[in-house]
Amino acid sequence: MTREPLIYEVSAPGRCGVKMPEPDVPLAALPDGMVRDDLALPEVSQIDIVRHYLRLSQLNYGVDKGFYPLGSCTMKYNPKINEEAARIPGLALTHPAQDPETVQGNLAIMWALQEFLKEISGFAAVSLQPAAGAQGEFTGILIIRAYHLARGDARRTKILIPDSAHGTNPASTTMAGYTTVEIKSDARGNVDLAALRAACDDTVAAIMITNPNTLGLFDEHIEEVISLVHDCGALVYGDGANLNALLGIVRPADLGFDVMHFNLHKTFSTPHGGGGPGSGPVGVTAELANFLPGPLVVMDDSALEDETLPLYNLVMPEHSIGRVKAFFGNFGMLVRAYTYIRVHGPEGLRRIAEHAVLNANYLQARLRGVYPIPHGSRICMHEFVAQGIVEGSDIRALDIAKRLIDYDFHPPTNYFPLIVHEALMIEPTETESKQTLDAFADVMCKIVQEAKENPQLLHDAPHIAPMRRLDEVRAAKQLILCAPFHND
Amino acid sequence: MTYIPHTDAERFEMLKTIGVAKMEDLFRDVPEKVRFPQLQLPSAIAEMEVMEELQQLASANANTGELACFLGAGAYNHYVPTTVNYVLSRGEFYTAYTPYQPEISQGTLQAMFEYQSMMCALTDMEVSNASHYDGATSLAEGIIMAVAVSRGARCKALISPAVHPQYREVVRTYTQGMGLEITGDENLEASVSDLVKLLDDATAALVVQTPNFFGQIEDLKGLADQVHAAGALLVVVANPISLGLLRPPGQFGADIVCGEGQPLGISTNFGGPYLGYFTTRKNLVRQMAGRLVGETVDMDNQRGYVLTLSTREQHIRREKATSNICSNQGLMALAAAVYMATMGKCGLRQVAELNYHKAHYAAEQIDALRGFVVDKSKPFFNEFVVKCPKSVAAINEQLLEEHGIIGGYDLGREYPQLKNRMLVAVTEMNTKDQIDELVAALKEFAPKPATKATKKAAKAAKKTTQGTKTPKGTRRAR
Repeated sequence: MTREPLIYEVSAPGRCGVKMPEPDVPLAALPDGMVRDDLALPEVSQIDIVRHYLRLSQLNYGVDKGFYPLGSCTMKYNPKINEEAARIPGLALTHPAQDPETVQGNLAIMWALQEFLKEISGFAAVSLQPAAGAQGEFTGILIIRAYHLARGDARRTKILIPDSAHGTNPASTTMAGYTTVEIKSDARGNVDLAALRAACDDTVAAIMITNPNTLGLFDEHIEEVISLVHDCGALVYGDGANLNALLGIVRPADLGFDVMHFNLHKTFSTPHGGGGPGSGPVGVTAELANFLPGPLVVMDDSALEDETLPLYNLVMPEHSIGRVKAFFGNFGMLVRAYTYIRVHGPEGLRRIAEHAVLNANYLQARLRGVYPIPHGSRICMHEFVAQGIVEGSDIRALDIAKRLIDYDFHPPTNYFPLIVHEALMIEPTETESKQTLDAFADVMCKIVQEAKENPQLLHDAPHIAPMRRLDEVRAAKQLILCAPFHND
Repeated sequence: MTYIPHTDAERFEMLKTIGVAKMEDLFRDVPEKVRFPQLQLPSAIAEMEVMEELQQLASANANTGELACFLGAGAYNHYVPTTVNYVLSRGEFYTAYTPYQPEISQGTLQAMFEYQSMMCALTDMEVSNASHYDGATSLAEGIIMAVAVSRGARCKALISPAVHPQYREVVRTYTQGMGLEITGDENLEASVSDLVKLLDDATAALVVQTPNFFGQIEDLKGLADQVHAAGALLVVVANPISLGLLRPPGQFGADIVCGEGQPLGISTNFGGPYLGYFTTRKNLVRQMAGRLVGETVDMDNQRGYVLTLSTREQHIRREKATSNICSNQGLMALAAAVYMATMGKCGLRQVAELNYHKAHYAAEQIDALRGFVVDKSKPFFNEFVVKCPKSVAAINEQLLEEHGIIGGYDLGREYPQLKNRMLVAVTEMNTKDQIDELVAALKEFAPKPATKATKKAAKAAKKTTQGTKTPKGTRRAR
């Protein structure tokens, strides 16, 4: 594979990728002593820019290219209609500081999405502001903190986090000023009730639970877990990253969850963008609604009678924890999620969850006995965790992951969750066909054979990829974070 | 079955392989009494129907594609070159996840490495991360980082009242559980030199914005020395387009330069998705939050790129991480990269100068109107404050209804003492005709001297301006 040069390496003085208009106003004097004398941006013609980025794109793997069973990331098909919807000029070309009266269409979409998410989750109120799942978590924990403080309860300093929770949870907790207490899992992959009982006291602010958890399992004692936590005066935070398995199956608020974030970029198929933008709205019970970050969109009923009033308005909840970002949230993502929910309707949403779970269980069934699956005897939800271990060989999860690349599959998440040794976390999603799942399962079986017969083939993989394995240790030791134009 | 490919026969076969009789049997772990709720949602509609619905909703908005826009205040209406959307629409980029498998993610990784490089060039800093959610959160992370640099010994941040009010609010939201003191902006008149007087050995960071929220260019000369003498870090929030023309904060000794990257090729999108950019010095890189791409080689000694220094991050360092950030704004950083590459050295300078000249032309014309006074106490870039003879809300309503102009930002909304002050932003998107129309429209609010002759002249002038354009009224949603 020939390497693609850096954009700076195709630069030549005097080139420019776009023509801008000449000034049509008289020129003003530039501010004295404040003008920069050099700007080390590349100078590239338009065709070279297009080719550069097109060739770079071809070095990437995306859902549009093939199967992407990256556990916990819900890499489902991103419908193209969503992209068109978000680019409608009347939506995309609106300014966040416009008067609410002049953006009633935007507010109508946001209001409807708030209502949809409330209905899907069972929560009483939703804020669309958080920009990603981790920001939603942080927001939720700040809401819990504000709730306890408003009750005059400042003793609660701890957040309980099961060892099967998502990786961002501990960091989100620390940012809100809490310490974390890890709760171990039991032999069936549920929260260990005895450990939980021992940890529950009046210094606990909340539990942060991922359900289905990162083992892909629905906690068999979820109601007991929730009532144990509630009994000590603490709240239950639900990490909604795995909501794809629950659409139309169960509403987290009906189970007793108090707060949950949604990942619109997982469950509602807004694209992942190679690392964002995401969108992490937060839903809460009525008791917590006043602490939500805002502004929220409200419908003004009096406007139905008085035509001069705008129907939708923006309000800040009374005891809001404050804004978590500027403006209203990742609006473009909200439009995509709105579109997705409208196209599916209630039955369509339930079919999503059913087929996500069907696909995961089918793959689990096909791989049972091929790779160790610690909880493989249970029905899983939207994902499951196998172990990248082949008896009688020194093959690791990493080798299997890299070998999958040679077969043109994206590898599963590896080495997460941490509680499974050599984890391969597999989430097929509902949009994959049986043929694709069968092809993947066949390759996984073939790799076991290869591991036994020719392990070096796996250690050296990938062989057919834009790059061989990269030296990550060197990257961290000899830090090069910037192209060499720069004078260090 | 919308995006689900299964046939009945396949479903049957798959359930058989799993060993259950029907779909419902997969959910036996879910408590029965709350299982399978009937969701009260509108019924599914077809793709073409949802597009029609959205088009209708969109028509209830006033948008900057159809109307002249003089609104800024943290989000700016700039030209987005065609290359940007072309690249962003590539499925290989937008349907990929965070590049955890570098062998098949070199597109994203190299593009991020180039983004980091170009951000360093623009700010004249040494290190850039691969993005934050937006300008406000990048500032919050900057302040948290400054505290971390002091190893928690300093827990105060001084923040100028001329920093975007929503950024200051987000900083307070972010730090409410950390026991930090965010201060300096209580007196809305406080200047940067007033802030400097508040520096002490508990101060971790001093934050200024340039151009500040009022569009004024802050004088950064000598500031870093004073901040460093007190043992604190200088954090500068800067509009990236202004850096096409103005001396970058890196040249003034800033330790962290961050802010909103939206002006770099991202449409205003009603406030998001945007791009928080963040640059710093090499010696502070380990305290920085966010994803970072570094150069390395593969087994064949080919140059390649990987995510690096991930030991700072939440998935490895858990509760001791520099931040909880995971998904960031990858695709928006790509937009900014394509924008900077397309504009390049000369183009960005041109855009910045167009902004500067047009804003100064507008300011001069508005300042000449009776009853309107432009604040010229400090140099400005593409945004300036106008004292108006009437409430900004009233002026804006008439601008929109009668002239099809989205007027400036009503400063009285955030700063009570700035009643009747309008913050006017002018970019390369505003033609001279648009500016002249705005000026003519504002003239109608000028307190009129009562002579017959001037009245006549004013009427005539109004007629002329009306003749030159078709006023586009706003459509209201209902």
